[in-house]
Amino acid sequence: MSARGEGPVSLPRRGLLAAGAAAAALGGLPARPRAQANTIRIGVLTDMSGPYRDATGPGSVVCTQQAAAEFADRGFTIEVLQADHQNKPDVGANIARQWYDQGVDAIVDVPTSSVALAINQIAREKNKVHLNSGAATSDLTGSQCSPNTVHWTYDTYMLAKGTGAAVVRQGGDTWFFLTADYAFGHALQRDVSRFVEQAGGRVLGAARYPFPATTDYSAFLLQAQASRAKVLGLANASTDTVNSIKQAREFGLHRNMRFAALLMGVIDVHALGLDSAQGLLLTESFYWDLNDRTRAFAGRVRPRNQNRPPVMVPAGCYGATLHYLKAVADMGVQAAKASGVEVVNRMKAMPADDDAFGPGTIRADGRKLHPAYLFEVKTPQESRGDWDYYKVVATTPGEEAFRPLAEGNCPLVRS
Amino acid sequence: MDDIFGIPAPLLFGQLLLGLINGAFYAMLSLGLAVIFGLLNIINFTHGAQFMMGAFAAWMLLSLGNVPAARTGFALMLLPLAVLLLDWLLAALRVAHRLRIGLATLFAVLWAGSVFMEGGGPISGALGTLFPQGLSYWWALLIGPVVVGATGILLERLMISRLYKLDHLYGLLLTFGIGLIIEGVFRNEFGSSGLPYRIPPELSGAWDLGFMFMPVYRGWVVIAALALCLGTWLLIEKTRLGAYLRAATENAALVQAFGVNVPRMVTLTYGFGVALAAIAGVLAAPIYSVNPQMGTNLIIVVFAVVVIGGMGSILGAILTGFALGVVEGLTKVFWPEASATVIFVIMAIVLLTRPAGLFGRA
Repeated sequence: MSARGEGPVSLPRRGLLAAGAAAAALGGLPARPRAQANTIRIGVLTDMSGPYRDATGPGSVVCTQQAAAEFADRGFTIEVLQADHQNKPDVGANIARQWYDQGVDAIVDVPTSSVALAINQIAREKNKVHLNSGAATSDLTGSQCSPNTVHWTYDTYMLAKGTGAAVVRQGGDTWFFLTADYAFGHALQRDVSRFVEQAGGRVLGAARYPFPATTDYSAFLLQAQASRAKVLGLANASTDTVNSIKQAREFGLHRNMRFAALLMGVIDVHALGLDSAQGLLLTESFYWDLNDRTRAFAGRVRPRNQNRPPVMVPAGCYGATLHYLKAVADMGVQAAKASGVEVVNRMKAMPADDDAFGPGTIRADGRKLHPAYLFEVKTPQESRGDWDYYKVVATTPGEEAFRPLAEGNCPLVRS
Repeated sequence: MDDIFGIPAPLLFGQLLLGLINGAFYAMLSLGLAVIFGLLNIINFTHGAQFMMGAFAAWMLLSLGNVPAARTGFALMLLPLAVLLLDWLLAALRVAHRLRIGLATLFAVLWAGSVFMEGGGPISGALGTLFPQGLSYWWALLIGPVVVGATGILLERLMISRLYKLDHLYGLLLTFGIGLIIEGVFRNEFGSSGLPYRIPPELSGAWDLGFMFMPVYRGWVVIAALALCLGTWLLIEKTRLGAYLRAATENAALVQAFGVNVPRMVTLTYGFGVALAAIAGVLAAPIYSVNPQMGTNLIIVVFAVVVIGGMGSILGAILTGFALGVVEGLTKVFWPEASATVIFVIMAIVLLTRPAGLFGRA
């Protein structure tokens, strides 16, 4: 089992059972040692060893700990645990079950949509809380929505709308897609195509490359070039995106095409280097250098984060955890531990506000609303130093950035 | 221009050329595998990790001046080379075998310990002071293979050499496991998202060929790969050293009886094969992002290339590498979704009709 505890957590299972039995005998308390009744336990379930490690992983743990540290001394103690789900739904589900059974109250982060959807079910079944920051799928607040889940940071709909429509408005009205040939790539291409066409643009073609077996994209890039489209839409993620941009520049596509990276973060820009990344358009909901509050937040986190500013998904873990703790303090620890649904309802009722995302709200389907930003990557000359990578091109308010409530088919909304 | 099978001719020519370029990588990597298998009978599954180490060596050398992690990493990568040099020196001084092993171990422990000292220790400190600007791509092309090759030699001496008498499967499992460990260590130290490495200024830019835009760097890769393949082939097929090597494959005991140090030859051959992987890694660094997974993605295809060419056949590995690059390139035009599969389909057909491979001797 790869679950790793931090702090006085890893009580042996047998001890836990014995303590639970004793407690039950004493007065029908839930199976939990008494000493911990006043402790809120938050488990960061994330990718510590795979491709998303740098965008989530240790950074998410640090940011969750940051939220806990800023919320100290409110009459209850907070423990933060961490585990690696290895991007496998079965591994993630096992850890989640064990955690929830051992008294973890909320699971935070959970990148990789397939794992997130599995945790979504378990949190609901156990009536605990699932604060998702890392997963992309908009199904979490759509057909698969749950009263126990808050989806905080971003989703596929926001990415598609943020970049797709905005690029067309800037004159990029003909598109060619480079698409990873699996569910995620298809969904992203489909969603972006819709916004491009709604905004009056046209999709001229797409090359679907085998995932994850492709490392050389030159053949597909040549097809993109031959299509004479103005925009190259990259419906892929992480290393694939980095490699395809690097190679697209090598083959001179940047001379008559713009690149729109549909899922790309500041970590990927860092990996590419500004030489190759300059001029890219991408959408994120957090960047450390947006305003005074984000800079202050980044300044607090940086010393604990290998001297790097936090990136979007970890920042979401911070925001979600902070808001969760506010709701817990508001309703009392005992009530919060008793029912995950009640805590999430309280989170929805309270206005959210934190340094990373500013003021916002959580909608009935669990969707957190905050602005989405269209960024352009700076040129090496514009960048003033370490991690100075973005300039803001457009801001979409939270109400418009995400999928309208009525279109998501979330059963919670219809009832 | 005219269409050929409904595809514009310029696009088709472009794809053929790209296929050759990718084929160059397949050829270089499968060449190293073929050399190792041909002479050691070891299926070297660490090859992908060694390719990745070559790319990382290039990045570390370039970043010696300004990235502490690069200094630490390179100081550790230098360790096998330093141990081998010390061992060679002690052997030249006729120090007793046991004492040599003891001294080399002590040296290695001290070296590694110093690297993990607070602030980086003297070795990484010296690297940073000596090369504040880092070392360029061209130096990496020279130093990378030597350093990574030395790690291979140490690996062969310490572990792989113990398996020669066993079934192939044991060597495969050992090298596969070592490959996973190396990859994990690099992922923990340098993260998963990759590190930037620029095309050297001398080779940046592109030629406009009319039908496509040809990056200078890719042209250089093809030339370098051809030279490397040809050189290796000549070395093994046409020189006296090559004749010894081939003879040792046929009958090691007999060659040893003639006074040739066969175990040393085998060790150096493994080091050479690893160095070939590292050169490919350095050449790949500016094209692909330098990341710990970069070898895993390529190595499966390369193994298919070796199987199709015939295990251990050097000429087979080279020709198949280039040919399959072209076949894959054409598939990307006509049926992109199948481009990852086509090589394995060919492999299956070849295995069914000519189990020893196209160029192999049954």
